Amino acid sequence: MSTSPITRTAAELADDLAAGATTSVELTRAHLDRIASVDGDATEGVHAFLHVDAEGALASAAESDARRAAGAPLHRLDGVPIAIKDVLTTRGLPTTCASKILEGWRPPYDATVVGKIRAAGLPILGKTNMDEFAMGSSTEHSAYGPTRNPWALDRIPGGSGGGSAAAVAAYEAPLAIGTDTGGSIRQPGAVTGTVGVKPTYGSVSRYGLVAMANSLDQAGPVTRSVLDSALLHELIGGHDPLDSTSVQQPVTGLVEAALQGASGDLSGLRVGVIKELAGDGWQPGVMARFQESVDLLTKLGAEVVEVSCPSFVHAMAAYYLVMPAEVSSNLAKFDAMRFGLRVVPDGQPSAEDVMKATRDAGFGDEVKRRIIVGTYALSSGYYDAYYGQAQKVRTLISRDFAAAYDRVDVLVSPTSPTTAFKLGEKLDDPLAMYLQDLATIPANLAGVPGISVPAGLADEDGLPVGFQVLAPALADDRLYRVGAALEAAHAAAWGGPLLAQAPALQEVAR
Amino acid sequence: MPEISRDEVAHLADLARIDLDDAELDHLAPQLNVILESVASIQGVAGDDVPPTSHPIPLVNVFRDDVIRPGLTPQEALSGAPEVDEQRFSVPRILGDEQ
Repeated sequence: MSTSPITRTAAELADDLAAGATTSVELTRAHLDRIASVDGDATEGVHAFLHVDAEGALASAAESDARRAAGAPLHRLDGVPIAIKDVLTTRGLPTTCASKILEGWRPPYDATVVGKIRAAGLPILGKTNMDEFAMGSSTEHSAYGPTRNPWALDRIPGGSGGGSAAAVAAYEAPLAIGTDTGGSIRQPGAVTGTVGVKPTYGSVSRYGLVAMANSLDQAGPVTRSVLDSALLHELIGGHDPLDSTSVQQPVTGLVEAALQGASGDLSGLRVGVIKELAGDGWQPGVMARFQESVDLLTKLGAEVVEVSCPSFVHAMAAYYLVMPAEVSSNLAKFDAMRFGLRVVPDGQPSAEDVMKATRDAGFGDEVKRRIIVGTYALSSGYYDAYYGQAQKVRTLISRDFAAAYDRVDVLVSPTSPTTAFKLGEKLDDPLAMYLQDLATIPANLAGVPGISVPAGLADEDGLPVGFQVLAPALADDRLYRVGAALEAAHAAAWGGPLLAQAPALQEVAR
Repeated sequence: MPEISRDEVAHLADLARIDLDDAELDHLAPQLNVILESVASIQGVAGDDVPPTSHPIPLVNVFRDDVIRPGLTPQEALSGAPEVDEQRFSVPRILGDEQ
C-alpha cells in the first residue's frame, strides 16, 4: 500500500485491516492528521468539521485493534473511521445541527444510525458541518461559518451536507453519514466529485435524526466509491421499532449489486432519461457530461429511452410547501425550556417572551424564512389551496414514477443543474438557491431511492458534475448496479477516480 | 398567493414565536413574497379526484410490544436543560399579567 492510507477507499482499508497490513489506530491517526492540516476553521481551510473527537476516535480505534488481534472483529468495516453529519444525535458528543440554538448541547442518547456504527466498531472522527437544520444547498447557512469545496475553496460544497461531502472529498474521512430531505446528500456529492446515496424512505431509521421535514428526511452514505456506499448502507439500514415510519424489509444485496455492476455488464437493463429535467438553466457542461454517461450506459448494454414525468414541473412548488409546513411544526420543540439556548429578555418576561427572544436569537435567516412560510401555508384560508394541493401533487409525482417504472428499471438525470457556484453568490436569493434541488426533490416527495456518482468535469469551469440514478422504492440495489458500472467505465476512461484530478489542498496555519 | 404584507409577516412571526425586529422584517418580508409567488403555480394543478399523500411509503397500524426497556435517567433527561430546580425543568412564568 502507499505511504498514506487516506486516499484508499473504505473497502480497501477494511481489507488492509483484515490482512494485518495496518491498524485502526494508524488509520484513525492519519485521518486526524489530515483534518488538522487541511480543515482549518470558519475563516480558512475546508471547514468540514464542527467538532473533532480525536480522543474518542483513538480510544475506539484501540478497542477495534484489540478485537481484531483477538480474531473477533464486529463487522467488515470495524476500525474504519467515519464522520457523522451534525444533525444526528451522538451521546456525549456535541450535536448542534449547525444552529446557535443547540450550541453546546450534548445529547444523552445516540441516533439508531450512530448506535449501529458504534456497534460495528467504526471510530467516529467528529461531526460535520451543514446548513442550519439541513436547510440549504450550499452549507453557507451554517451558524458556524461555511464549508469550502475542496476542488476550489472559494466555492460551495453543496448542501445541506456540504461538510460530509467535503470531508470525504478532502480525504479527511473515508466514510461519512449524510441526510437527504430534498437532495442534501446527492447534490453535495455531485459538486464535490463524490458518491452519495439517498435510500428508500423508511429503510434507514430516523430515530435521533433531528427532523427538518419528517416525511422527506432520510439518512444515507457519503463516500468516494459506490462499493463503500453499499457497505455503509447495509450497515445503517434495516427496521427500527423506535421509528414508526421504518419499513420491515431488510436492507441486503447492495454490496453484491455493486460488485456485479462493477463487472460492467448492463445488458437487459432499461434506462429512462427524464425529459423534464433538462433545458433552460441547465449548465451546458453539466448536460455534456450527463449525455456522455448516458452513452456509456448504452455501450455497457443498457437500453436507453426518453421518459416523460409531466408532474415533475410542479415538484419544486409542492416541496416548498410541504417541507416548510413540516419545518414549522418540527422546530416548535426549540422552545428554550428543556434543552438548548435560553435568552431571557429584560424585565419580568413570560415563558412566551423567552421563547420568542430565544428563537429570534437562536435561528438564522433561512430557518426563519421556512418557519414563517410553513406557518402561512398551514393557516386557515390557505391550507386547502396550497398545502392540500401540494399533498395531491405528491400523489401525481408518485404516479409519474410508477408509470415510468412500468417501462424502465431506473431513471436518470443530472444530479444538479449547475456545478459548484461561488460562496456568497446566492446567499440572499433564496429562490436561486432552491433551484439547485430541481432534479433531486421528486425522489424525496415520492420516497424512492437515488444515487449521485461523478460524471466528470464541466468544460466551462473544470468542476465536478454528478449523474443521478433513481430506482423504485425498496429497489435500492439497482442504484448500486448502475452506479458501480458507470464508475468502473469512467475510471477506465479517466485512468482512475475523478478525485485524483482535484488540485492538492494547501495546509492551513496551525 | 396574494401579496403578503409586512404586518402579516409580523403576525406570522408572532404565531411562530419568533421576535423579529424592524430590520429583520424589512429584510425578510420581500424575500417571503418571492418564495410565495414561486409556489403559487400549484393552485388547481390536481383535481378533486386526486388523493393527498402525507407519507411516501404508507404504513398502517404500526405497533410494537409493550415491554420495559432502559430509558433516560432523570439526570440525563435534565442534562441539557437551561435551568433545573429539584429534578425538574425550571421555566419562566407561563401566565400573563391579565390572567
